[in-house]
Amino acid sequence: MSLNIVTLLYLVASVFFIQALKGLSHPTTARRGNLFGMIGMALAALTTAALIVKLADTKAAGMVYVFGGLLVGGTAGAIMAKRVEMTKMPELVAFMHSMIGLAAVCIAVAVVGEPAAFGITAKGSVLMPVGNRIELFIGTFVGAITFSGSVIAFGKLSGKYKLRVFQGAPVTFAGQHPLNAILGLSMLACGIWFAATQDWTPFIILTLIAFVLGVLIIIPIGGADMPVVVSMLNSYSGWAAAGIGFSLNNSMLIIAGSLVGSSGAILSYIMCKAMNRSFFNVILGGFGQDGGTVVGKQEARPVKSGSSDDAAFMMSNAETVVIVPGYGLAVSRAQHALKELAHKLGEKGVNVRYAIHPVAGRMPGHMNVLLAEAEIPYDQVFEMEDINSDFKQTDVVLVLGANDVVNPAAKTPGSAIFGMPILEAHQARTVIVNKRSMASGYAGLDNELFYMDKTMMVFGDAKKALEDMVKAIDNL
Amino acid sequence: MDTISPTVFNLIIFVLAIYVGYHVVWTVTPALHTPLMAVTNALSAVIIVGAMLAAALTESDLSRWMGTAAVALAAVNIFGGFLVTKRMLEMFKKKDKPAADAATKAGAHK
Repeated sequence: MSLNIVTLLYLVASVFFIQALKGLSHPTTARRGNLFGMIGMALAALTTAALIVKLADTKAAGMVYVFGGLLVGGTAGAIMAKRVEMTKMPELVAFMHSMIGLAAVCIAVAVVGEPAAFGITAKGSVLMPVGNRIELFIGTFVGAITFSGSVIAFGKLSGKYKLRVFQGAPVTFAGQHPLNAILGLSMLACGIWFAATQDWTPFIILTLIAFVLGVLIIIPIGGADMPVVVSMLNSYSGWAAAGIGFSLNNSMLIIAGSLVGSSGAILSYIMCKAMNRSFFNVILGGFGQDGGTVVGKQEARPVKSGSSDDAAFMMSNAETVVIVPGYGLAVSRAQHALKELAHKLGEKGVNVRYAIHPVAGRMPGHMNVLLAEAEIPYDQVFEMEDINSDFKQTDVVLVLGANDVVNPAAKTPGSAIFGMPILEAHQARTVIVNKRSMASGYAGLDNELFYMDKTMMVFGDAKKALEDMVKAIDNL
Repeated sequence: MDTISPTVFNLIIFVLAIYVGYHVVWTVTPALHTPLMAVTNALSAVIIVGAMLAAALTESDLSRWMGTAAVALAAVNIFGGFLVTKRMLEMFKKKDKPAADAATKAGAHK
């Protein structure tokens, strides 16, 4: 098999990868797209295996290591994919980012050790061209930052580890930014040193610094900003793959890496926009900590509260109901109860739809997956831009465990969240809000919507409340 | 005349691929952003190609074990990424349950 054929097969695989992403433009084409992705990946791996057999002459025994790695990693991956709960999807994705980052570092180490095996240098020679050294430096440090950053993100998302850096609250200390800058500059210096000498010492130092930097970059970011962080690390993992592609002169790696890198960058942009925050503001951190103090000053104001029975009565007499699910819904695992309620209302002739804010859930599109898991048909689920103009004609809006995304303060100049795109639930004729307490959301703001005359609060756990509503409708 | 450095060719591919990625990803429907992230995880695991070379063709212990580890790490993502995406996308399949149909029809009727 000539190298030309290998490269052409890699090109075919790259086209399959692009098709895999393209398929995701609609739920009906997405499964075929995923199949394309798998075919492309199989093609890439088989081509490489054929190349190895050809290059290794008599030493094809090296494939044993490949199969060993594949077996262990593949089994672990398949088991995880089968077992993971949909609410835990952000953790899984963060975990997978860290795998890519670490794999990139491992490959880079192997390349520095034996560049000839990758065809970068002639057999027997170890000194690489300077260009490849620079590319290796970039691939390594991006990979290392992706790895350690994702580990921290994973810990923050899962929230069950006691270690301080794994807590949702941002970790900040004096001199944080100067420290990061010094570390970044020394890493760059080591990179230049490595490019000049191809020495192990600067390579090891720069890798270690990058691991530390990954931790330092993610710890000051609060739990509420995790959707941005996960998207950002998604982007990094792509750039790391592209960096390795550069150093191995492999166009398929560069293409796949760039696709992933731009995908993550776009998702970060969408998330930042939906939270009304600039990317740098998120990265520099410290948003989560100033929220808490504001809340204490508020005097208790009266709200109208009602029972699940009242809510059930109002909804079954309505013509149109829009449900606004937030992450609180997923926390109390109430999706199936919600589906049951929507079904009962549908039987009574009520038009039920769902309105999804881009940051509902803990990663982009998370809420859509949670609703799909509960077998809620996707054509009843609407994105913010598509449903916002309908709220005025809506009889009842049921807000479940969402807060900031329906806060009309976003329309008031001077408010902390002014300009943030919201679901305009306050436009509806009646609003029912289910919450566990009057506690404020991530932004730490009071929500004017809760005090409106047309709003009724139903306090309690979302699942319990929904189940009570279903029972109440049965008894009507 | 000098020959063109491979880095320049790589850079051309890189820039064009970002361009393609940018345009393709904007067509992805927001409802499928989570599957998008899972599948991109599987796609970036294509670095398994480099890992395979490292595991099979190197001679020193260090490079060989680094390669084997990288194969295992990337394989976690390939299998995990594609399979979990498949699982999520199955959920977005239209259900032929009469119950769901009734609800949709009642909704459409209004």
